[in-house]
Amino acid sequence: MDTMMGLINLEHEHDFLNELTYFRCGAAVPFAGRFRMIDFTLSNMAKSNINEVAIFTRSKYRSLMDHLGSGADWDLDRRHGGLFILPPDWNDPTDISKGDLSHFHNNRDYFERGKSDYVLISGSQFISNTVYHKLFQHHLETGADVTLLTTTYEELHPEHNACIKVKVDEDGSVLSLTNDAKNPHVFSGVYVLRKSLLLELVDECIANYSNHFFLDGIKSNLDRLNIQSYHYDGYSSIVNSVDSYYRHNMALLDRKSYNSLFSNEENVLTKVGNQAPTKYSGLSKVSKSLIATGCVIDGQVDNSVLFRGVNVSEGAVVKNSIIMQRCNIEAGAHLENVIMDKDVTITKGQVLKGAKEQPFVIAKRRKI
Amino acid sequence: MKKECVTMLLAGGVGTRLGLLTKNLAKPAVPFGGRYRIIDFALSNCLNSHMHTVGVLTQYSPLELHKHIGVGKPWDLDRMEDGLTILSPFTEKDGGSWYLGTADAIAKNMNYIEGYDPEYLIVISGDHIYHMDYDKLLQHHKEKEADVTISVVEVPWKETSRFGILNTTENLRIYEFEEKPKNAKSNLASMGIYIFNWKVLKNYLVEDAKLSSSNHDFGQDILPAMIGDDRLLYAYRFDGYWKDVGTIESYWEAHMDLLKEDLSLSLNNNDWRTYSHDSNFAPQLIEDTAVIQHSLINNGCVVAGSLDHSILFENVEVSEGSVVKQSILHPGVCIGKNVLLDRVIVQENVTIPDGTKIVASREEEPIIVSSHNLKAVHS
Repeated sequence: MDTMMGLINLEHEHDFLNELTYFRCGAAVPFAGRFRMIDFTLSNMAKSNINEVAIFTRSKYRSLMDHLGSGADWDLDRRHGGLFILPPDWNDPTDISKGDLSHFHNNRDYFERGKSDYVLISGSQFISNTVYHKLFQHHLETGADVTLLTTTYEELHPEHNACIKVKVDEDGSVLSLTNDAKNPHVFSGVYVLRKSLLLELVDECIANYSNHFFLDGIKSNLDRLNIQSYHYDGYSSIVNSVDSYYRHNMALLDRKSYNSLFSNEENVLTKVGNQAPTKYSGLSKVSKSLIATGCVIDGQVDNSVLFRGVNVSEGAVVKNSIIMQRCNIEAGAHLENVIMDKDVTITKGQVLKGAKEQPFVIAKRRKI
Repeated sequence: MKKECVTMLLAGGVGTRLGLLTKNLAKPAVPFGGRYRIIDFALSNCLNSHMHTVGVLTQYSPLELHKHIGVGKPWDLDRMEDGLTILSPFTEKDGGSWYLGTADAIAKNMNYIEGYDPEYLIVISGDHIYHMDYDKLLQHHKEKEADVTISVVEVPWKETSRFGILNTTENLRIYEFEEKPKNAKSNLASMGIYIFNWKVLKNYLVEDAKLSSSNHDFGQDILPAMIGDDRLLYAYRFDGYWKDVGTIESYWEAHMDLLKEDLSLSLNNNDWRTYSHDSNFAPQLIEDTAVIQHSLINNGCVVAGSLDHSILFENVEVSEGSVVKQSILHPGVCIGKNVLLDRVIVQENVTIPDGTKIVASREEEPIIVSSHNLKAVHS
């Protein structure tokens, strides 16, 4: 049976979240109440019979490694295959590779040892909950060299500017890959190709001193490669800026979006926190909010996302905000349009307000 | 390899008095507290007290229980040398039988225990809600140089007839054990948690097995025999929260206890966490029509109605216009629109249709709703 191995390539993802990415990479940023950005991609891979997944990461990966551990929470702690977090401690004196090609060059073993003939590559900024079986099937049936997972957004937002846009013919063959700001047909960053082709293209790129595998190895070879597009119709979002991060967290407060991303058939896997159910007291007043376990709510929470273990004391008000793990909102405090990193304490009666268009971001472990 | 202490967790109970809750399920596997099963409390106590050699004795309807326990991973009991072992009844060359009583269950697994050549054997049961450090109990047992130490809890005098009562001297030496006495002399109830010097217990088990008149039960046979022989039995006083959830009423009460502000058992205590499985549901979504007071809610729930004094396990939906009071909704329950529930326990994956009204008055036992009795309980 044809199988795929996975690769999550974080090399070209920028640290987009200001204070939230001072000490961690974007892939490790908490998202949607109990997840981290990378969970969506990793979970999709784990559920697509991908038994080995490598992660190319250059920097700020402590938090990521802490989150992923042995991969057990994604069922990736395996005798055969498993999870390979591959940080950049490279010592090859003959190495001339650049950019993400350095990762490919120095981790060539990962691909050569893997038993799968195909590789599925993804970043961490395309948020979706799916399995890649159909994408893979499509790739095998069309006999394409490379198949890209693409989707169409009815409304284009600034986050889509950073994405590659796709033009296809009626058969789904890719005609062009551009940065056309008006094209709603977006490449998700997820693609499949044969392992042997991948290694061939890697060698070519390195020989040409290229520094971007997708742009230099695949996009530049559009004329000689058969590149197909597979259209994904499910719920998805692209998160690559403070604005898109805030908006796509908030979008999940809408029942329809919530149900589309968290369908009942497939749960998104993440590191298990073992927190108690959230406790609401007689004083709690909560509406339109996404709330993880381990919270104790005595105050008012409106239109907000609370991660695990958040305390909202009596008389405190949290509005239009994203509050991360173990934050403590003391009595009478008032928060509006705020994104608050882990372990922050807001003392009694404090008032903090950001603008809806530009939420106020508070760094980890502060006491205000 | 030698281990100082082996823990045996009795989890084979039928739990007859839990009615529908234990129809297809061993009592220790009954869901509890919004995300746990009853046995999670004992298993988490083992983890938190550093008891790493744990035999779990199962018998009645074990499928769900075995699936839940697995190799003991959520409780760090998947270990190289010892860890968790499920001990179900088995047959040998000359036959075999079910576990006939609590003592028989231990006697039949003597090979398991002897494999670790322990000094002490802790026997606990998988159907109580409490946080307890078994290591403290063990230290106490050693200090007293006792043959047996029994953990006890003070119960209200009017309830003594429901428990196994221990009569002790002032220094807590036990001189009498009375099972459910009509006129109790003491209000110290046995929690069903014992520490034995293994070598002492072993002889009693061997002798007891030979007696055809015996019920092979710790409370009825082994302990009275030991007291009769003037063995050193001590009571160990436990003053935390402890609840036997053996009846529907007490199961419901224990849940209402969890909603109290001043309960000594806290599920949010990070130094004594209760561990369980997690099915990775998304965080709960509270809609703008929701009104929530005094409730516990787990992942995957979507709430648009009103909740008061209720516990929602994972993946429960409460639709708009519905009112849920003093009720416990097990995983996957779906409550339609304009439903009224009061003092109700709804079992796993049951859908309550729009407009249903199920109310148990304060004098009645809380009503358990399954997919089979749904029509009958509608009032």
